[in-house]
Amino acid sequence: MNPSPPPPRDPDLLEEALGLGRGGSPPWRLAFVEDCVETSGAFVLHHFLKRALSTEGDGTVVFLGLAQPFSHYDRVLRKMGCNLSVQRNKNKLHFIDLLNLEFLGERRLSNEKGENDIEIGFMDLYNRILRSIEAIRSKDYNGGWTTIIIDDLSHLEIAAHGSAKHVLDFLQYCRSLTSEMDCSLVILNHEDIHSSDEALQMLSHLDYISDILIKAETLSTGIAADVHGQMTVIIKDAPGGLIKKLHSFQFKVKENGVEFFYPGSRF
Amino acid sequence: MATAADGRLQGARSANTSSFSRARSSPSAVLPSPPNPGVKLGPNGATFVSSGIPDLDTILGGGFLLGSLVMVMEDADAPHHLLLLRNFMSQGVVHRQPVLFASPLRDPRAFLGTLPSPVSSSKEHRQRDTLVDHNQQDQEKGLRIAWQYKKYFGDQQSSQNHNRDVKQEFSNDFDLRKTLERQHVQYIESMSIQDIPHLTILRDRCSNFLSGLPRSDGGNLSAGRIAIQSLCAPQCGYAEMDWDLVAFIRFLRSIIRSSNVVAVVTFPTSFLLPAFLKRWQHLADTLLSVRAIPDEDKDMAKLLTGYQDMLGLLHVHKVAQNNSQVPTVLEASTFSLKLQKRRSLVLERLNQAPVEASSGTSYSTSGTCSGPSKGSSLDF
Repeated sequence: MNPSPPPPRDPDLLEEALGLGRGGSPPWRLAFVEDCVETSGAFVLHHFLKRALSTEGDGTVVFLGLAQPFSHYDRVLRKMGCNLSVQRNKNKLHFIDLLNLEFLGERRLSNEKGENDIEIGFMDLYNRILRSIEAIRSKDYNGGWTTIIIDDLSHLEIAAHGSAKHVLDFLQYCRSLTSEMDCSLVILNHEDIHSSDEALQMLSHLDYISDILIKAETLSTGIAADVHGQMTVIIKDAPGGLIKKLHSFQFKVKENGVEFFYPGSRF
Repeated sequence: MATAADGRLQGARSANTSSFSRARSSPSAVLPSPPNPGVKLGPNGATFVSSGIPDLDTILGGGFLLGSLVMVMEDADAPHHLLLLRNFMSQGVVHRQPVLFASPLRDPRAFLGTLPSPVSSSKEHRQRDTLVDHNQQDQEKGLRIAWQYKKYFGDQQSSQNHNRDVKQEFSNDFDLRKTLERQHVQYIESMSIQDIPHLTILRDRCSNFLSGLPRSDGGNLSAGRIAIQSLCAPQCGYAEMDWDLVAFIRFLRSIIRSSNVVAVVTFPTSFLLPAFLKRWQHLADTLLSVRAIPDEDKDMAKLLTGYQDMLGLLHVHKVAQNNSQVPTVLEASTFSLKLQKRRSLVLERLNQAPVEASSGTSYSTSGTCSGPSKGSSLDF
């Protein structure tokens, strides 16, 4: 009844760099995707999402949608050949809609209760993620890899009213979750927000807990129609450790996917 | 969504109208009343409303996307962002779309008295056809007779009569020398954000505005506009609350995302900490900035044609991507703001002035082409 599955395609440059090969579990736990105003890195999340839900692997995803509503991702992924609604129904995708997430609510006016609300808010969120993973694992679980994707960190900071302490605590919890539950975590972060003096601390904390950094940047020559930007993948030998490997290539984002290539290999 | 209107593209509706027909769009049996010209459908389920500046609509690929947040970075030296706000609101008035205006002025209604009114005579419409195929539009504009203008803005006719008698367009040229009459701007909701202690008040106002909007207007798509001037201006009581401000923008973005409203927010960048400026820029779906042009810059005058007529510069940093991951790459992203015929706003790509043959000076980039290469000493 089903057509024969398409032959597995060769891994693209990003997958090679990340050691993803053909399905199976990634050799890392926490990856940060960094982007800037001029070059958005959201396409990397879409790429991960599609890859995790592809029929080749038995992967599952818990997606925290803070930046866009479900319909957005649904439409984008559909053009890439992946039907999120179907995956959601099959229990392979748990989409947590957080577009309206606010921890402070009405009590944002008074500071004292604020801290407590933020903490409770993050605990709730963590529990939701935990429950989603448990739900995925409960029925018909065949050992596939779970990826938690967060789009994106800056929205969590806003919901936390700037409390870096709470955000970092939450990330630490998520990171330990990846070891306990055998899953990996991909988070989009806007690097240019944190590169000013007062926010540099946050960046170093994030660096401390991550295994991999995927940076999407504008080309130094400016914006071009054929090459949308440059991607750098930094693999560390340990979280927060030294750089083990560095990959650099360019990309062009299309409706149905992304093309990765080495500079100069396209006209 | 009105399915019959799906296939309607910009020029299509005039395909089967002769010069004497009424303003009926594509004759479809499904729609009882003519579609709303103030809202245009695009690919991927996008719906656009006009920014009030036809050139800007073209540059942005249709107009302002409903459900998106447009942010405009102001220039402290010149109030060009007000030009954008005025045209945006006037366009809403012309199409009878509800408008909410928030301003740090003590009396925002004073600003509403400066909204430009649409250019009335059809014959003086622009002849330029470089940016868009205006043939269809010119044909229709030619049918707009000045005396019908009164009916256009007349009394409390039903919208059906209103649409029947006058051909309406998606985007209008506005005459900056003439203002809209009081009676037309009266329906615009306005509020002052000066001295308000908390942004909760603004939040509530925006929420109420959204919930009060009709989802559709008798089978047609309706739209609403929110215009917020100088959101982080220092005279606003909440200006010190960095996180509250950015939380407000996030809130605004989330409530309009699945609505038929577009919000235009202008803000002075100098009052924001660099990290917050970046946060605001990331939250914007469409990001523009306006810059002043120094009055007597001789170098600029030599470099660009038509320098004396320029009011300022408009730069497009980001264009809203609707349900797509592909970035919009514009051929040129900096445009000059000019007044055409001293009254309507046009945006033009920057053109380099021709260089005298004798001097082979270098060229600085102004958004378009790079300079020709100098004669090389290595001639093969």
